[in-house]
Amino acid sequence: MSEKKTNRRDFLFTATYAVGAVGAGAVIWPMIDQMNPDASVKALASTEVDVSSVNPGKTITVLWRGKPVFIRRRTEDEIAEARSVKLEELKHPETDEDRAKNPEWLVMLGVCTHLGCVPLDQKGDYNGWFCPCHGSHYDISGRIRKGPAPTNMEIPEYEFVDANTIKIG
Amino acid sequence: MSDHEYTPKSKVGKWFNDRLPLLTLANHLTDYPTPKNLNYWWTFGGILTFCLITQIVTGLVLAMHYIAHADMAFDSVEHIMRDVNYGWLIRYIHANGASMFFLAVYIHIFRSLFYGSYKSPREIIWIIGIIIYLLMMAAAFMGYVLPWGQMSFWGATVITNLFSAIPLVGEGIVTWLWGGYSVDNPTLTRFFTLHYLIPFLILGLVVLHIWALHVPGNNNPVGIDIKKPSKDTVPFHPYIVIKDGFALLMFMIVFAFFVFYTPNILGHADNYIEANPLVTPAHIVPEWYLLPFYAILRSVPDKLLGVVAMLSAILILAALPWLDTSKIRSAVFRPLYKQFYWILVADVLILGYVGAMPAEGLYLLIARVATAYYFLHFLVILPVLGLKEKSLPLPLSITEPILGGSPNLSTAKNRESLKN
Ligand code: HEM
Ligand code: FES
Repeated sequence: MSEKKTNRRDFLFTATYAVGAVGAGAVIWPMIDQMNPDASVKALASTEVDVSSVNPGKTITVLWRGKPVFIRRRTEDEIAEARSVKLEELKHPETDEDRAKNPEWLVMLGVCTHLGCVPLDQKGDYNGWFCPCHGSHYDISGRIRKGPAPTNMEIPEYEFVDANTIKIG
Repeated sequence: MSDHEYTPKSKVGKWFNDRLPLLTLANHLTDYPTPKNLNYWWTFGGILTFCLITQIVTGLVLAMHYIAHADMAFDSVEHIMRDVNYGWLIRYIHANGASMFFLAVYIHIFRSLFYGSYKSPREIIWIIGIIIYLLMMAAAFMGYVLPWGQMSFWGATVITNLFSAIPLVGEGIVTWLWGGYSVDNPTLTRFFTLHYLIPFLILGLVVLHIWALHVPGNNNPVGIDIKKPSKDTVPFHPYIVIKDGFALLMFMIVFAFFVFYTPNILGHADNYIEANPLVTPAHIVPEWYLLPFYAILRSVPDKLLGVVAMLSAILILAALPWLDTSKIRSAVFRPLYKQFYWILVADVLILGYVGAMPAEGLYLLIARVATAYYFLHFLVILPVLGLKEKSLPLPLSITEPILGGSPNLSTAKNRESLKN
């Protein structure tokens, strides 16, 4: 076997298999990729929300890309509480300053980072949110404090278009 | 395997059979020699076949009226319930049929565990069975999404999010599964397609399962090989056909009870509320047949490890033929294994119970202990037991205990003392 020289047939086999593999890949990829978000889904990228009617201590929930977004207007006490937490106490250390640029407004995805349920407002051991699905407790900054969720609730990209309007996405 | 050559009697039959030996196959199936000591736990294979056919037939009919679109799915199911002639009946058979299917498969699996049916030479039958079981779970999960109620939506969200536990690529996989940034219309349409497809895949696997079974033949309650086919076996038709048929009738009574008297008891009231992506129901629980695995998932406080534990709990079954080191098949002759078997049954029932309860306090503690025990059973107890356990003497043949009484422990013991 080891003495055998590469002949025309070996070359043809290798070339055929190689072309076949590339061809199979070229067919399989479109079949897989068609399942990814399509152009119309991607087009629904941003939403504008009027928050003028939200009073301090209240949360509204809006839908963005099919997901709930919590917009909470926090009270002075809540802000103070959120900012007093030490980073060492957190499972996923993030300062409240980083999470809420404008301390009065907390804007975050209302999606539990465990398996995606919508946590309940003003519930749980940390006066923030509580996810009933498998028992994750979040604080008033939406940071995970107790339970199976691995990370804090996500902050989407958003900006204040004017004093009363938030643009998400 | 019938050892004789078969030739059809009629000329036409012979002509046809020479070209496509379907009649030889039919003859093999009717003559198929079956151990004559099979008990009623062996009738669940036939019952499972019935369940699969029932799901396919009722499913095809539902699909004629159902609309797989996020805006219309919920209403179309209500339309089936109220407007379509006998729609309520067909839907209730399909929805309860899924539960009956799982009831039967669990009995079938635990039968195999008790009588050691997964052991050599039946490992491939067993592994095909596990694949069928996995596909059943996938089919039932996706079917439950189709009515697009609150449980449909949030069940789909939680289960698909399990994949987000995979490091690095997890989020990408979840988006790919959804076809968007949350469970939505693209998710529903692809789940419908897969829900339609999977039962036919199962059908194909059932053929392989039975083919693999017909190579060594059935295991039996005493778990020893057939010594003399003429003495130890009866032909499948009519003996087993009648026994299977009788058991099937009994099973259908239970089935009909659910369909006609308590058609919604196995479901969740929340699923009669249309899907709302803004509100999660206070208690989300999967269908009863997935509860033990759900309990395992929740008993681990870490997301990735929880998912790993849940999947391993199922996949560990595929390794069972090699984890169980005992050569004796039937638990009848394994006094210690028999006890551990019943502890395992209790353990799985407890897991199912705590899976339905909130994951906190005492429930969580019980779930953790039961999860640990589940793995202990397969990874430690079974391998060690096979090496240490002193088994009871096996009968000489399948026929011997039948002629001498029942093959249970005391008879075997008596026999033993008589011999000495
Ligand atoms: C392995 C076999 C199958 C299982 C275990 C299964 C299970 C299920 C389950 C649990 C549901 C939800 C029932 C409810 O709560 O409303 C469902 C719905 C549905 N299934 Fe299946 N199914 C199977 C086969 C099929 C097949 C072969 C088809 C189509 C050819 C089909 C078509 C449907 C349709 C259209 C629905 C939505 C209507 C409804 O929700 O009642 N199923 N299935
Ligand atoms: S989804 Fe929130 S705790 Fe599991």
